[in-house]
Amino acid sequence: MANKPKPDELLSNINYKPPRTQWTDTPVEFKKGYYCYAGRPNNLEYISLPHGRKWSSTDDDWQLVDNWKEIFLEGMENLLKKFRSFRLFMDICVRCGACADKCHFFIGTGDPKNMPVLRAELLRSIYRRYFTISGKLGKIAGARDLTEDVFKELWYYSYQCTECRRCSVFCPYGIDTAEITMMARELINLLGCCTDWISGPLANCYRTGNHLGLQPHTIKSNFEYMVDDLEEFTGVRVEPTFNRKGAELLFVTPSADFFAEPGMFTCMGYLLLFHKLGLDYTWSTYASEGGNFGLFTSNEMMKRINSKIYAEAKRLGVKWILGGECGHMWRVLHQYMDTMNGPADFLEEPVSPITGTKFENAKSTKMVHITEFTADLIKNGKLKFDKSRNDHIIPTFHDSCNTSRGMGLFEEPRYVINSVCNQFHEMPENTIREQTFCCGSGSGLNAGEIEELRLLGGLPRANAVKYVKEKNGVNMLSCICAIDRAVLPPLVDYWVGDVDVCGVHELVGNALIMEEGEKREIDLRGEPLPGMEEKEEED
Amino acid sequence: MPSLEFEGKSYEVDEEGYLMDWSVWNQGMASIMAKEDGLELGEEHWDVIKFLREYFEKYQIAPMIKILTKELKKKYGKEKGSTKYLYELYPAGPAKQACRYAGLPKPTGCV
Repeated sequence: MANKPKPDELLSNINYKPPRTQWTDTPVEFKKGYYCYAGRPNNLEYISLPHGRKWSSTDDDWQLVDNWKEIFLEGMENLLKKFRSFRLFMDICVRCGACADKCHFFIGTGDPKNMPVLRAELLRSIYRRYFTISGKLGKIAGARDLTEDVFKELWYYSYQCTECRRCSVFCPYGIDTAEITMMARELINLLGCCTDWISGPLANCYRTGNHLGLQPHTIKSNFEYMVDDLEEFTGVRVEPTFNRKGAELLFVTPSADFFAEPGMFTCMGYLLLFHKLGLDYTWSTYASEGGNFGLFTSNEMMKRINSKIYAEAKRLGVKWILGGECGHMWRVLHQYMDTMNGPADFLEEPVSPITGTKFENAKSTKMVHITEFTADLIKNGKLKFDKSRNDHIIPTFHDSCNTSRGMGLFEEPRYVINSVCNQFHEMPENTIREQTFCCGSGSGLNAGEIEELRLLGGLPRANAVKYVKEKNGVNMLSCICAIDRAVLPPLVDYWVGDVDVCGVHELVGNALIMEEGEKREIDLRGEPLPGMEEKEEED
Repeated sequence: MPSLEFEGKSYEVDEEGYLMDWSVWNQGMASIMAKEDGLELGEEHWDVIKFLREYFEKYQIAPMIKILTKELKKKYGKEKGSTKYLYELYPAGPAKQACRYAGLPKPTGCV
């Protein structure tokens, strides 16, 4: 944002007073900073999405194809037939409003159409009109005709939902509003209206295997820099391998972990840990992305993006797959992968080669989360830590929406953090674990052009960070998600200040004792460790 | 689509002024973009632009900042190999501003 408003200014603009007109009679206003750029035709073509064209969401004419309405309604009928949950969610909402104030975008913007119930109603009103008998009564039955304006409104608000599912935790009927957004976006994609921020990374992923578009030689070169840094900071030279057939494990993580700070520091933590264990593992330049932007595009896209993980595991002949710190990656792996692209009967049930622990929970997917793997190592006394190396860090932990609400991973990251840090403070109860607040930029909303929306959506999370900073002196927001690592630094910088962001395995890497008696004077960021030099003198 | 006018010809750029085709770039374009931002490009600016273009040619992506600072340090000395130095040159951010002047696509950040 060129002229970013000051936090106080942005805060004072939040208005919870609803307009005087009915929601159906309140036209949508496309506010700058709240909508993403349109996907480019070459990228849409690359990922086989139809009707790519040069357009902008602020154009009066979106250049929709002549029979767009037919395509939309036919698509909706197909989805209703295919997913029983979708029809159920369309039918059963009683509009009790329990979800209304649970959404970070509603809290941050005050826009009534960001209440999950009303956001869903945008699509539900079309469902009623065309797929129910009572809908023939029209407005009185909560139905409305599908017009171009109705479609534009659906588009605008479908990209103001991060599919975080916090609202669904509070819904007495268990309606998963994220799934409604997913359906809406799938329909939007039938008309070639995907955003640039989603279609660009997807096209990259088709072409190179990862969202960032890193080619094999680029990945290798990035690792060389990290390996050199690690040697400089720790004295240990690690030797990662790529695309190595016959390795016991394949390791898959989001590509941002080997491209940008602070994800790189997390990646350096993985490298140190695996080296210490002598783990027989390989990286892949083909399955070089854990994340999956298909999750918020369409079911088919998600399947296609995900397929390379099993394919690569099969090609390399590994026994099972270990996965790094990523959010939506794990929603796909945990909930969909084995039925979508499995069964992975060419893999073995995951067993830790170090502790012999069988990961029963990963019996079907054959893929284990790195914090489960590390927590098990610690529990079995296989790792030694010098916690004091993290004494300059006072961390709290941000549960990612997808690892918490999507797979129930609460204890392992906390257990690991507490094993490698002397201090740890939780944010307030209603902002963590299954009630965690979204970073505000998930589900493909991490686009620069919607920074204002993202800052407002991230406000509840930032507010909780501010609370523990003031109460407990917290100076580090740890997390297990690459999107978090990319978006939380500017977010907390804007609302809170003087709090950094890190992955859990960065903390592990800092504290991990590689060799008895080793000296570590700098942390994985290359910063001098406070107090370490004096300590050595005392020894 | 917006465009950049240069020497009587029109070149396609994206919503934020990044060239759509990095291969049509030439130095004069960088100077025009900088002028619009009220910047005058000196030798130090060109060092960064040159490195970005060379890197892009080899890797088809802009380098991570860490690589940029390390390589600048190697080539031009310690004081030129820091993020702080890069921000002094390119106040709107080395990744965004310098890439735009160098004719590269807008860095996607982390996705």
